[in-house]
Amino acid sequence: MIAALFFYLFAGICVASAFMVIAARNPVHSVLYLILAFVNASGLFVMMGAEFLAMILIVVYVGAVAVLFLFVVMMLDVDFASLKQGVLQYLPIGLLIGGIFLAELVLVVGTWAIVPSVTAAITAPIPTNMPNTEALGLVLYTRYVYFFQAAGLILLVAMVGAIVLTLRHKERVKRQDIPTQNARTPAMSIEVVKVRTGQGLGSNL
Amino acid sequence: MDFFWTYLWPVIVIVAQSVLLLVVLLVAIAYILYADRKIWAAVQLRRGPNVVGPWGLFQSFADLLKFVLKEPVIPAGANKGVFLLAPLVTCVLALAAWAVMPVNAGWVIANINVGVLYIFAISSLMVYGVIMAGWASNSKYPFLAALRSAAQMVSYEVSIGFVIITVLLCAGSLNLSKIVEAQDGPYGLFSWYWLPLFPMFVVFFISALAETNRPPFDLVEAESELVAGFMVEYGSTPYMMFMLGEYVAIGTMCALSTILFLGGWLSPIPYAPFTWVPGVIWFTLKALFMFFLFAMAKAMVPRYRYDQLMRIGWKVFLPLSLAMVAIVAGVIQYGGLAAGAVK
Repeated sequence: MIAALFFYLFAGICVASAFMVIAARNPVHSVLYLILAFVNASGLFVMMGAEFLAMILIVVYVGAVAVLFLFVVMMLDVDFASLKQGVLQYLPIGLLIGGIFLAELVLVVGTWAIVPSVTAAITAPIPTNMPNTEALGLVLYTRYVYFFQAAGLILLVAMVGAIVLTLRHKERVKRQDIPTQNARTPAMSIEVVKVRTGQGLGSNL
Repeated sequence: MDFFWTYLWPVIVIVAQSVLLLVVLLVAIAYILYADRKIWAAVQLRRGPNVVGPWGLFQSFADLLKFVLKEPVIPAGANKGVFLLAPLVTCVLALAAWAVMPVNAGWVIANINVGVLYIFAISSLMVYGVIMAGWASNSKYPFLAALRSAAQMVSYEVSIGFVIITVLLCAGSLNLSKIVEAQDGPYGLFSWYWLPLFPMFVVFFISALAETNRPPFDLVEAESELVAGFMVEYGSTPYMMFMLGEYVAIGTMCALSTILFLGGWLSPIPYAPFTWVPGVIWFTLKALFMFFLFAMAKAMVPRYRYDQLMRIGWKVFLPLSLAMVAIVAGVIQYGGLAAGAVK
């Protein structure tokens, strides 16, 4: 009973905040509602016993991705009144995409009813006698190790690409070079000179 | 009656435990705040707070009353809801981390299997208090501070994550209680992870300073550049909640380093008279030792420049901790030291 109570609590808040993401006037509020939706989704994961996924959802999506979202949205000066003017114009295509998503979701969720044989495709049975973190690790690094490595490589390529695209060494920007700084000795940087009265440094240097 | 014993009684027990933990934690926080000021004062040859109560022991409670009785001021241009939500988020998240903290064998409110990840997740959420406060204040300095701090906290989380992974590799579990039990050995304090993972202990300590915005990494509130950072516009109770959240987060980091590296509630000398001392006392002593290090760092080290902070996070700690993950994993695999390994 308590489980059902919490399920409806999390699910209700999740759906409501997902709705508020598109309904909120202020874009920063939208992102904050999105974060609330993520946190509640991770609560739902915990209810299903997938605690590892729940925590990773919070660490990755809320702790890193949504922070960047929030950054971008905070920096942009979005005028929502002018954005909302074109709503009717884009409504049909939005509805079309939404409809396709809905159909796909129904197909995915309803697979067990449409093609019952698909359950047999899950050849690795879900072990019940170990924590799901351990179970996940056991298949991730044995059965799916190549997919796992491939995913890592794709991310690496994306990261290298982003750095190559944005890193520019400008000529006029001074950079701090730590090894050069540490290699400096007093002999290299200090010179003791005798300054004659009324003549300045001109004659010495 | 059946309903009472199946549903209501566990809830009552959990609530009672949580309230007890919170009360003890908050009183402890009041005194570590006092200790922080006293240590700082001692380093600078001052007396520190010494007026309220004997030796100034009630100073924190006097401050609490002062903050609560003042009028909260909300700037006219502020985004009211988010402005008030930010200190709440900071405070609640900081306290929530203690739900999984084992202070003694079996003394934990939620003994979950992913305890370390839970604390990591909570501490990655802490950045929202700062960002929300900075944005909602609708003012230049808080906003700049929020941008800085978000980058700082996100950067240092990465190296904290890798440090935690090395500990997990050694302990073979994500459960905080099991991590402590894995450090139980015949050599007492020399079986704890601070010795084999000493570089990681140092990286964790420094990253914890950065993650909790403590000096020398308190660029979030750098007075000389940003007035007081993201909390410029805050006063009275909301400000107090930020302070409370900050100190609870420091307490969390001290407790976490105690659990990960200093053997949690284990006795440093595993023989008779020392093992009679309750584990919670050892835990408290170790956490206080970690806090003393935090306080000394605040008193002695000058503030970093922002680019230096970013450099040390990304170019020093990240490669170092990444290399240590590979080395530790290699040693464990080829040395046959894996916990619960399939032989």
